[in-house]
Amino acid sequence: MLKVNNIDVFYGNIHALKGVSLEVNEGEIVTLIGANGAGKSTLLKTLSGLLKPKSGDITYQTKQIGGKPAQSIVKSGISQVPEGRRVFANMSVEENLELGAYLRKDRDGIKKDLANVFELFPRLNERRKQQSGTLSGGEQQMLAMGRALMAKPKLLLLDEPSMGLAPLIVKQIFEIIRMVNSQGTTVLLVEQNANMALSIADRAYVIETGKIVLSGTAKELQESEKVKEAYLGGV
Amino acid sequence: MEWLQQLVNGISLGSIYALIALGYTMVYGIIKLINFAHGDVFMLGAFIGFFAIARWDMGFFPALLLAMLLCAIIGVIIERVAYKRLRNATRIAALITAIGVSLLIEYTVIFFRGATPEAYPQIMAETSINFLGANISTKSLLILMVTIVLMLLLQFIVHKTKIGKAMRAVSHDADAARLMGINVDNTISATFAIGSALAGAAGVIFGFYYTRIDPLMGILPGLKAFVAAVLGGIGSIPGAMVGGLVLGVVESIVNAVGYSLWRDAAAFVILIFILIVKPSGIFGKNVREKV
Repeated sequence: MLKVNNIDVFYGNIHALKGVSLEVNEGEIVTLIGANGAGKSTLLKTLSGLLKPKSGDITYQTKQIGGKPAQSIVKSGISQVPEGRRVFANMSVEENLELGAYLRKDRDGIKKDLANVFELFPRLNERRKQQSGTLSGGEQQMLAMGRALMAKPKLLLLDEPSMGLAPLIVKQIFEIIRMVNSQGTTVLLVEQNANMALSIADRAYVIETGKIVLSGTAKELQESEKVKEAYLGGV
Repeated sequence: MEWLQQLVNGISLGSIYALIALGYTMVYGIIKLINFAHGDVFMLGAFIGFFAIARWDMGFFPALLLAMLLCAIIGVIIERVAYKRLRNATRIAALITAIGVSLLIEYTVIFFRGATPEAYPQIMAETSINFLGANISTKSLLILMVTIVLMLLLQFIVHKTKIGKAMRAVSHDADAARLMGINVDNTISATFAIGSALAGAAGVIFGFYYTRIDPLMGILPGLKAFVAAVLGGIGSIPGAMVGGLVLGVVESIVNAVGYSLWRDAAAFVILIFILIVKPSGIFGKNVREKV
């Protein structure tokens, strides 16, 4: 479904991604784990069109999307839940969700998906008229996810959904990711919380200072000595 | 009831400031630029209205609409030509560019038609109605009505339409807006178009009310509208409306108590005062966001 082939991305003068390749197949949950500053968010930003790759190509379905503007990528069915949620704090929950469906014209479909999102996140329904800046961190994460789902993506990119959240909330969020995936959305999940990420993923990649250093099924990586040592908190 | 009359004068003047201030505040809200060329768009609006009425025999409302339309186009051109390439430059570079654009517009107009003032044609008989002992000219009522309609329209656009929501989203977080599929460049252009159209309307109204226009007329109202925007809280649309009205009324009061020569100074005293006491302005937000 998504094929990243040998891309190089610069963040200002920093060579943030060095010849990164990865692949996401339809229906999978693929996770990309790595430490702070390894280039995880850079990769997602490149996939979403916020950054342009200097070389290499990104193929989504059959189209080249590397370097395309963000709106055409959203239109083709890729949505991102950005790191730090980035909800529009000056707007209500409902308006945030409406903006998620910004490029869609099918009113009935939007209505249906809004009901769907409220079913996934009942808390958002309770707070639909509330300014989203007043929500708790976990609720903002739910809103950011709901907003991305409103675009009806085929591929959902999630950037550190566990960041700064209490373990119980993290568990809930991951439960919902699994649910969204089972309803037919392919997921690429970027995480520092390797434990959680590997527990729900089908396959995984490990990124270190801009290079993919390991890949395999989630199970293989969970058992890999190297991953255990570096990311799962020792043996 | 001279006081009431002064109050009405102040509100008329203030509504002109408010219309200009809206453009300042909207542009600042979306690209964090104080567009110092904005006062000159106001001047161009006044001249377009003048030509429409005096040369092409248009009525007040058609002239108003024509000025708004042309100013919207001019605003978009200014943004595309001068500011767009400075999106990622330092803010001071953009600010200096804005001053450059301002001077360019002023002296281009002078180059083509000279600096002589022009008298706005009188298209409405000078009548006034008596309200609680105050003489209120029908002109001020018309101005007030036009301003209110424009402001309601703006509120509707910003809060209810798709482009308005896109504008608010971009002003809060441009990258997050991109992830929604919002075309940020077009949204910024739309903001310039709307702000400039309001300035154009203010120009026609100004000419209609004060009858004298000239190529440098945008400087002082432009600066005062900037003060109004800061007073209300730069970036805040209700702030610009309230700031403009407050400024207009204060100026009229200063006038009424006999210090008419101090009228212009009043605006800047207010600016200094607000910067010392509450730099974020009346409606300025000091929102802390959860991370």
